[in-house]
Amino acid sequence: MGSSSGEEEGTNKWVPPSQRPELADVVPVGQDDGPCPVVSISYRDDFREVMDYFRALYSAGERSPRALHFTAEAIHFNPGNYTVWHFRRLVLEALDTDLLQEMNFVDQIAESNPKNYQVWHHKRWLAEKLGPDAANSEHEFTRKMLAIDAKNYHAWSHRQWVLQALGGWESELQYCNQLLEEDVFNNSAWNQRYLVITSSPLLGGLVAMRDSEVDYTVEAIMANPRNESPWRYLKGLYKGDNYLPVADRRISDVCLKVLKDDSTCIFALSLLVDLLRMGLQPSDELKGTIESMENCDPETSHVDLATAVCSILQKCDPLRISYWSWYRTTLS
Amino acid sequence: MVRVSLRSARRHRDRARSRSQATARPPPAASMESSSQPPPLSGADQSEDGATAELPRLTVTQVEQMKVEARVAEIYSVLFGAAPNTKSVMLELWRDQHVEYLTKGLRRLAPSFHVLDANRPWLCYWMVHGLALLEETLDDDLEHDIVDFLSRCQDRDGGYGGGPGQLPHLATSYAAVNTLVTIGSESALSSIKRDNLYKFMLQMKDESGAFRMHEGGEIDVRACYTAISVASLLNILDDKLAKGVGNYIARCQTYEGGIAGEPFAEAHGGYTFCGLAAMILLNEVEKLDLPSLIGWVAFRQGVECGFQGRTNKLVDGCYSFWQGAAIALTQKLMTVVDKQLKQSYSSKSSSGDNLCGTSSSGYASEKSTNVDYAKFGFDFIKQSNQIGPLFHNIALQQYILLCAQVLEGGLRDKPGKNRDHYHSCYCLSGLSVSQYSAMTDSDSCPLPQHMLGPYSNLLEPIHPLYNVVLDKYDDAYEFFRESDQV
Repeated sequence: MGSSSGEEEGTNKWVPPSQRPELADVVPVGQDDGPCPVVSISYRDDFREVMDYFRALYSAGERSPRALHFTAEAIHFNPGNYTVWHFRRLVLEALDTDLLQEMNFVDQIAESNPKNYQVWHHKRWLAEKLGPDAANSEHEFTRKMLAIDAKNYHAWSHRQWVLQALGGWESELQYCNQLLEEDVFNNSAWNQRYLVITSSPLLGGLVAMRDSEVDYTVEAIMANPRNESPWRYLKGLYKGDNYLPVADRRISDVCLKVLKDDSTCIFALSLLVDLLRMGLQPSDELKGTIESMENCDPETSHVDLATAVCSILQKCDPLRISYWSWYRTTLS
Repeated sequence: MVRVSLRSARRHRDRARSRSQATARPPPAASMESSSQPPPLSGADQSEDGATAELPRLTVTQVEQMKVEARVAEIYSVLFGAAPNTKSVMLELWRDQHVEYLTKGLRRLAPSFHVLDANRPWLCYWMVHGLALLEETLDDDLEHDIVDFLSRCQDRDGGYGGGPGQLPHLATSYAAVNTLVTIGSESALSSIKRDNLYKFMLQMKDESGAFRMHEGGEIDVRACYTAISVASLLNILDDKLAKGVGNYIARCQTYEGGIAGEPFAEAHGGYTFCGLAAMILLNEVEKLDLPSLIGWVAFRQGVECGFQGRTNKLVDGCYSFWQGAAIALTQKLMTVVDKQLKQSYSSKSSSGDNLCGTSSSGYASEKSTNVDYAKFGFDFIKQSNQIGPLFHNIALQQYILLCAQVLEGGLRDKPGKNRDHYHSCYCLSGLSVSQYSAMTDSDSCPLPQHMLGPYSNLLEPIHPLYNVVLDKYDDAYEFFRESDQV
């Protein structure tokens, strides 16, 4: 069975499958949409014909070079067709094909369809087969994709899977630094950083990393106090622990410092409520700062500090007024 | 008609403190305060090697955010400056146009839709559900043809594919089943081959307990939700299907509080809804850290009044449902929330991560073999809200009505984007959720003050765990109960 034809990589004019000698024995199978179809897509003729031939090869279960070749064509027409991808994997397995070449193929599709579930799943399937040797090139590829869209969810998931399954952690923290230097608001990069410091086999885990991470995060907060990402990250560094964030003065200090400059920073106020709730004994300075903020409202002057901060939030965060009202009720 | 006092769209940070703001009622329009301000000049030079003082450089995130804020602010300033009559016109839901847009697509779609050729049951669902929300009934022929078409997508061995002859897939099975439940006729409901569907779902189960989308397909929280939702709705959920799913989903809750598609990925609105809804349907919601989940979702509503999908991403109308419904669900989970808050703050010592997925305090571990799973979805909706909405329900309606509606019909992600069926479905679903979110036990329908725009904007209520219109859910629930008793 010949595998090539006139439809090679755009050099020649596209030849409809019905006019290709190597498909002469295939009887195309039309789509069974019924007599009165709904959500009926007005397919172009080339699309329809390619899918008719695909259906024929698929239903015959043909594991041949021409079937492999043909799935590539169907994928070009609609990279979201998971059935085609699935069939392609069956054919690939049966034919013992060069998987690196296949990776090149899917990379090309991914570049023009960066948010397609199927291409990334196919890449993962291939990378798993290729094993640890594929780690570096996969990291290079996701790096390239993230350079175009630094928050591409699929690219990040793939990168994380490669790290965990195949390795390549060596420069990951540095990569996070670089991305955060470019855009400190990039929450995906913060999330990646969390994976690295908790899971990298080279760094010793969250407990070992916490101290230096707090410094790094506090610095990021001070540079852009209205950037939510480092605030969430800071809380994440102490996830599930009520004692340490209270004991670590840097946490309450950053809240205080930010509030001195910007008394309506909801992230600082919000973290402060949590700290107070965890048992933070406020310094006189902190007490003073909060009291000066709530002075405008005599109604709150007699309540405890966490409640006072909640009522400040009710005022300076009107979008979340009902959230803060509720949260306030949970304090007692 | 709702009388709202509207504020100026632009309010500067400096003025925020001196502003005397009524505390009794939330402002109907949230401020357009910039959420990601450029760094102050004094703190501009943060670069490690920064010997030279540079001007503050705006990052990609900041620039994109500012563009959207400016665009939305412009729209709101027209509203705030408008005469009362004009305001009420502006806040109208353009029902007829949406109905026309959705109805038209049900029959025929342009060639460019070939990229959705593996999502045709989804197209059915987005349109049929959107129309049901708008209380638009389909004519009998059309209903019959949809049922017929979906039967052609149904695999001989169970499950629905993206089109006739395609591999069965969990997400398209969800779309097909929800469409058929929404049509609700006997022929629609009985066209679902439940025994086969059950077998298909069992085959899609991974050893981790999670589900994969299709044979050899990807495993994620979306697959878990669509499987559990379908199984619950059709009354075929059992221990075998349920086993391990809850633990997988709990592992996907991140340090931020939201839920990711896979363990360690970024918290995301779509997956947060899917994960939370699945956990409720499994009766394992205690395995999630609900206070932190609520806190994360509440902060996803931004100055544009709509929701973003992830921290520091742009607002998008579809998250009106994913985030809006997720936080609305928690209004019925306050017993668990209170318990978790008490537990996590009672011991001041190091408590480890006992709230975050490693605990086995949920019901799953002690399940008997005769758990009535379908009842969890049924009982949940019969329960009344224990508190009011934890998001700004009026602000969300404002975003949907003013920023997401397209004059020619259909709804969109944000101003400047095109309409599509997906966004139409989820903007309308989110609108319904926000309209009903302030209902208490004593109300038979939403009060005018909980709705923005004329009362005629009111949509049908949904069952938020499945996202089907509530009446249709009730009928389907009865139908599948009875067929099991025969």
